[in-house]
Amino acid sequence: MTQLHESAAVDAAPKGKGAEVFVGICFLLSVLATIGLAVTYWVGGQPQVEGILLFVTLGGIGIGMVAWGKYLVPQGPFVQEREVLKSEIVERQAMLASLDRGQKQLGRRSFLGKMLGASIGLFGAINLFPFLRSLGPVPKKALTTTPWKKDALIVGPDGRVVTTSTLEVGGVLTVFPSYDVGGAISQTILVRVANENWTTRPGRETWGPQGYLAFSKICTHAGCPVGLYQELTQQLLCPCHQSLFDVLTGATQVFGPAPRPLPQLPIYFDANGNLRAQSGYLEPVGPGYWERG
Amino acid sequence: MIVTQATDWFDERLGIAKFTRKSLNKIFPDHWSFMLGEIAMYSFVILLFTGVFLTLFFVPSSKDVIYNGAYAPLRGTKVSEAFASTLNISFSVRAGLVMRQMHHWAANVFIAAIVVHVCRVFFTGAFRKPREINWLVGTGLLVLAIVNGFLGYSLPDDLISGTGIRIAFSIVLSVPVVGSYLAFLLFGGNFPGNSIIPRFYSLHILIIPALIVGLLSAHLAIMWHQKHTQFKGKGKTDRNVVGVAMWPAYAFQAGGFFFVTAAVIAILGGLVQINPIWLYGQYVPYRVSYAVQPDWYMGWLDGALRLMPSWEIQAFGHMIPNVFFPAVLLPGITFTLLGAWPFIEKKITKDNLEHNLLDNPRDVPWRTSLGVGILAFYVVLFFASSTDVLANSFSLSLNFVLWAFRILLFVVPPAAAYIAYKLSVEASEVPGIGRRKRALIISRSEEGAFSTSESAPRSISHEEVIEELPEEVKYHNVLDGTEEYVMPSAVSAVSTVINNVSVDVDLGPLPSGGTGVYQIPRSPRGSAPNGRSNEQEQQGDLDD
Ligand code: HEM
Ligand code: FES
Repeated sequence: MTQLHESAAVDAAPKGKGAEVFVGICFLLSVLATIGLAVTYWVGGQPQVEGILLFVTLGGIGIGMVAWGKYLVPQGPFVQEREVLKSEIVERQAMLASLDRGQKQLGRRSFLGKMLGASIGLFGAINLFPFLRSLGPVPKKALTTTPWKKDALIVGPDGRVVTTSTLEVGGVLTVFPSYDVGGAISQTILVRVANENWTTRPGRETWGPQGYLAFSKICTHAGCPVGLYQELTQQLLCPCHQSLFDVLTGATQVFGPAPRPLPQLPIYFDANGNLRAQSGYLEPVGPGYWERG
Repeated sequence: MIVTQATDWFDERLGIAKFTRKSLNKIFPDHWSFMLGEIAMYSFVILLFTGVFLTLFFVPSSKDVIYNGAYAPLRGTKVSEAFASTLNISFSVRAGLVMRQMHHWAANVFIAAIVVHVCRVFFTGAFRKPREINWLVGTGLLVLAIVNGFLGYSLPDDLISGTGIRIAFSIVLSVPVVGSYLAFLLFGGNFPGNSIIPRFYSLHILIIPALIVGLLSAHLAIMWHQKHTQFKGKGKTDRNVVGVAMWPAYAFQAGGFFFVTAAVIAILGGLVQINPIWLYGQYVPYRVSYAVQPDWYMGWLDGALRLMPSWEIQAFGHMIPNVFFPAVLLPGITFTLLGAWPFIEKKITKDNLEHNLLDNPRDVPWRTSLGVGILAFYVVLFFASSTDVLANSFSLSLNFVLWAFRILLFVVPPAAAYIAYKLSVEASEVPGIGRRKRALIISRSEEGAFSTSESAPRSISHEEVIEELPEEVKYHNVLDGTEEYVMPSAVSAVSTVINNVSVDVDLGPLPSGGTGVYQIPRSPRGSAPNGRSNEQEQQGDLDD
């Protein structure tokens, strides 16, 4: 030992033998568990066993150390004065004086100072390009349009074309344009509500051929896929925050935080009986944003 | 001797002796609630360990691959490399699942410990002057921890976390004026794109942890410099610290406690399944996930998203979307108010004094009740994140549950605050509450009937009242010569001069010397010697 002992802190070992034995057992258990860990690892590993053995290994060290620190060394209580945090007033004044002196020495060349500021500032600004502008494209039309185009052939997730007989009344299917199967933005939910043409709202007389209705599947609240169809109530439910959309009236929101109806996709059956889009969506799909107005 | 040589070597280059001695003798006050911050710190260390392990196997890429690994039910399906490598960590890498689950558990423990730690600091008034800076640093740490937790949760690219990312995209999108640009730059284009996983990865393992390490270091350095606060109690004043010494008692207790924390996280990681992504499956943008629930620390935001009425603002050709209010404005206000609290309280109390003694929460009913009220608000929001689960398990209508929560959100906080206020006031008026309880004696009569009676009240003696140390109790500065040194000759031989100097320096007048260790004797030792003598007893230790 080469430390300067401070005898008051060395004197009594508060709890004697018993604690020593306890600490020893803790460390011993830890060693045994570590050996067990090595064996477990060797034979291929097993999560539960590893967890338990790690618990004993680490816990043994931990509890042993805590017990040692608590029962085998003096606990005081000791008292220590706090230093005053703030400096003497003269120190502060001296600091200010130094600052001031330096500033005066610089101040004579204020033009250079402005130049320095300008060059650093400009360099800082130019960094916005690599660290901001390079990160991605600006939105442009990406938020207002979708991949859906006029006459797009409508297919299911497996790429199969949708025909008049694809869905029973009450059936539901996620569909895409044939050139964007699986697309996150073009995902559309197709439900069949009746056997005859269905008009959800005035002006949409041709949008629901043979009771097939197509709505954007992206929730207008926060963008989750609105995929749960309750046939009984003919409502679409968003699993994220439980917004409900009433299909028959054009997926108007009837419950929950979604602020707008799901946009409806105008569709028709072509001469071969395949389902196609009359056009793209007539309004932006998905959640709101500033420019949407 | 090795230690002497080593310390000499360093001291000649860095001059460490004085600082090290001061640090070894530093006094730490003892209270269970002071361990909360420690738990947070230790969990972070465990996050670093387990996280580094995960980086060795995790592939941050959303490129499609056909899964062909050990988990049979998903073999042959199309998954991303991120998802496949997480499955690989879980099923093929030896000790991988334990490491991964420990990482996730440590993240949950980390953030929970921070939150409870913040509550401790708030309710005891530990944020008051001079500790406002550390409160701000701590607020930053809380935000960074939550953000990094969310980023890490997103990395495996599973159905639940992917849905979370989709919501996060919509939230960024909702920021007025710059939202759409922000979202596109952050995600490298419109959702989903291929940049999310790699970008979240470098944020998650490098940038945010580096920031956390920086702030955490500042947090600890400031705490070290300002010294810990302490609760009121015998001998404790605003100008001193009473507790155990850093070396060895505190070092062993704290070091041991690190291992205890690690042990608890290890057994959670080994036995309690967390985030079994193989049950959720790969994220597919159009696939619906049921019972979408984020990690607990995001629950309040999810709840707020659910309770918000379906409003959004459309005016002058612009829109402020619905999610802006619960998911941008609410957290913005939350963390701003949290960070600003010490300054707000100062405005209210006009108190500009330094406070090193903690408040007992019941002694400051207005702050306590305010804190309880605000906490209650977030607790209601947290539970609101399971409206669907509650509706299902109690067969209630969603509508009923939603409205119940909307009402509770405004009823529970004031009620909780009112109760907290009443309890605090009442408690602080009862003498001796929170101190020793009176035992109840249960006795049985001859006939077998039981009766209870209270044991005789302990007279509220002066020792239970906070007071200055009695005048006759002397401090024994071990260094001022009233206690003897035990000094090995190996040291004395080389450092007689150094020793003299240090004695000169350290012998400030009591009690403002500040650097010495004093011991309060457990029993007043009126007769303790108080004369100064510089005799030093030297003890041979020549076995080098
Ligand atoms: C600041 C504290 C941190 C928090 C709160 C945190 C949280 C998380 C969480 C919740 C996960 C999801 C785990 C899962 O799959 O269930 C995760 C994954 C991951 N973390 Fe961290 N983490 C932190 C620090 C780190 C650090 C410092 C590293 C590396 C140096 C790291 C590396 C990783 C990796 C590679 C993954 C993906 C592997 C996987 O999902 O299995 N983390 N993190
Ligand atoms: S995303 Fe659909 S309700 Fe929130």
